[in-house]
Amino acid sequence: MALSGIEIFKKLPKKNCGECGVPTCLAFAMKLATGQAELVACPYVSDDVRAAIDEASAPPIRTLTIGAGDRAVKLGGETVMFRHEKRLENPPGLALVLSDTMDDSVVNEKLSKFKYLEFERVGLILRPQMLALKEESGDAGKFAAFVKRVIDQMDAAIILMSDRPEVISEALKVSKDKKPLIYAATNDTAEAMGSLAKESACPLAVKGSGLDEVMAITDKLLGMGLKDLVIDSQPVNVKKALEDQVVIRRSALVKKVKQLGFSTITFPGQLTDNKMKETLIASLLIAKYAGVIVLSEMEGHNVFPLLLASLNIYTDPQRPMAVEEKVYEIGGPREDSPVLITSNFSLTYFIVSGEVESSRIPAWLLIKDTEGLSVLTAWAAGKFAADTVAVFIKKCGIADRVKHRKLVIPGYLAGMSGELEEELPDWQILVGPREAAHLSAYLKQWSA
Amino acid sequence: MALEIPKVSYSGKIREIVLGKGDKAITVGGGTSYPFYLFEGQMPLKPRIAMEVYDSPPDDWAPTALEPFADVAGDPVAWAKKCIDTYGAEMIALQLVSTDPNGENRSAEEAAALTKKVAEAVDVPLIVWGCNNAEKDTEVLKKIAEDCAGRSLMIGPVTEANYKQVGAVAIGYEHTVIASTPIDINLAKQLNILLGNLGVPDGRILIDPTTGALGYGLEYGYSVMERIRMAALTQEDERLQFPMVCNLGKEVWKTKEAKQSRDEAPKLGDPAKRGVLMEAITAQLVLAAGADILIMRHPESIALIQDMLNDLLAA
Repeated sequence: MALSGIEIFKKLPKKNCGECGVPTCLAFAMKLATGQAELVACPYVSDDVRAAIDEASAPPIRTLTIGAGDRAVKLGGETVMFRHEKRLENPPGLALVLSDTMDDSVVNEKLSKFKYLEFERVGLILRPQMLALKEESGDAGKFAAFVKRVIDQMDAAIILMSDRPEVISEALKVSKDKKPLIYAATNDTAEAMGSLAKESACPLAVKGSGLDEVMAITDKLLGMGLKDLVIDSQPVNVKKALEDQVVIRRSALVKKVKQLGFSTITFPGQLTDNKMKETLIASLLIAKYAGVIVLSEMEGHNVFPLLLASLNIYTDPQRPMAVEEKVYEIGGPREDSPVLITSNFSLTYFIVSGEVESSRIPAWLLIKDTEGLSVLTAWAAGKFAADTVAVFIKKCGIADRVKHRKLVIPGYLAGMSGELEEELPDWQILVGPREAAHLSAYLKQWSA
Repeated sequence: MALEIPKVSYSGKIREIVLGKGDKAITVGGGTSYPFYLFEGQMPLKPRIAMEVYDSPPDDWAPTALEPFADVAGDPVAWAKKCIDTYGAEMIALQLVSTDPNGENRSAEEAAALTKKVAEAVDVPLIVWGCNNAEKDTEVLKKIAEDCAGRSLMIGPVTEANYKQVGAVAIGYEHTVIASTPIDINLAKQLNILLGNLGVPDGRILIDPTTGALGYGLEYGYSVMERIRMAALTQEDERLQFPMVCNLGKEVWKTKEAKQSRDEAPKLGDPAKRGVLMEAITAQLVLAAGADILIMRHPESIALIQDMLNDLLAA
């Protein structure tokens, strides 16, 4: 939790020397508190005070990165319990589990599917990013060879899963540059695993039965100087899984319990054998604070809905999602197909395009940049005014793609049709329905 | 090292509302903590699921959603009975889509006659949901309230535009109102105040916060629901202490991805499992945000949610 300016001020030398570039220590403290200045600017602050201020101003949940490259996963840095209080920062990493006892052909098939599961939505690429590689063979050499083969084949953030430090040690030799997450240090292996994590500079997961045991292990590891930790509390059922996630987050944020100030790793597949239910548990864990979610299976039908859940929950509530301004072709429109225009608020786009699609009438959907505002809000803010709409219609090139000159505007903007006709003398302005739900009926009676 | 769990101190409680009447009546609400946070509060009454029944045969449903009801799709009474007898529905939600003036525009009299038939045929609590056209819903819901007097239906959506007319008949004929507002905590509170001022008893109000499907604006309703629960439980906002209803089945199943076939969307896996998961995940997320009543479509999504509810509420 960040310190207030006054709290920082109390720790400063109070010389008011001005060497930091700000006339007084109080003013400097205020700038520090709001992130407009850095502590290094003060030549007189002691190392102890520097450490104290750094620690106190660090986020209550440690930020860390697992993996390197395109699919690296950033976790932590969370500051709230509810998304409406500010926003949830870093969506959970979805991991597919692969075992070193699986046949090569099975592994290859799973990897190619993993790679294939990539979806474009509102200009974002949604995809799973992590592979959890599990040692089940009991053979450190075999596991290391398996890890090597997988990382050569696939760019992903890796989790190395074994309870035995000697197995992890071998695997790190071939993978430590990829910054894998080591899973996991237990009560018995904390020192050995801690040393491996420290030497390799890789993040380390802590596995304990329940939060008390977890805290004892993280305490030991913090004492060894480790910082990049991830927690697995091994809940025995769904109810306990939810409780642990809430208690960990709340303890870190509210009570500043430093042994719990970390992201979590979860295994919904340990709580059920039913793949459909595993997906549902995963969706609950997306909403309730999980950092990594390891899945026993990844298919389009479970990964896609989970990625949507993650996108929805982690969208910044203060910043509306927007889609790109352009001409969208729905259902293969032709030169006599209807032309509709609406705002670029992503929800508006999804609902309108969905309704047009389900009407099975091909159409041109013109999406005008309204800075992510919905139709009425955009209109009120002057982002959907007749003059700017006219400029967009002219430059988007729709006139070259259709023979007719009929433009359907949202029903709520009926009032602007006259003005728009003046701006676009070649076009006839038609007023569409107010609600997208009525588009289907409207389009069915539309004719060029 | 023993952790002392930092608990939230809740000062409020969700009102208990009785739905329906007789042996099969159900009580919802009663929560004294955020949903399923049983380590610091109670959730004595489990959230309930109403199965959808449509007043006219669906024409654009995903095959997987239609399949369980294909034999009853043209007969709402048979459909409702199948939901109860075959799928164990604990409530029914009759969706009166054919009353929509932009669609079939069936009359209030027809809708009321049908509702009465369904109400007579089932003994579980019955939700009756209009076409979302305030003017038409006023006419339809008034007629239904009158013709089904004393049957304790849940009728909605009751909005700012028609709460006086529909609220008045709900008082007179003993029904429960579903107070519907467009994803806004202040409007939700305002409508509940207005209904109270009109004389609708507090034991007969449910909140519809407006629900979007997974991938289609779910997060807006989700956060409004979380805020409503927060106000109700920690700020003792007594005009928000009502159970919440989420009419989610129809929202999910109209999305593109819930309907696409394997050929249309090869990356999206098994279409049947995908649709079921999209509905169940939407339901799971609104439950986490505070839903007390879910209106759902597919028997498999419902079974999955029942399973999750049993786990989450296990003693």
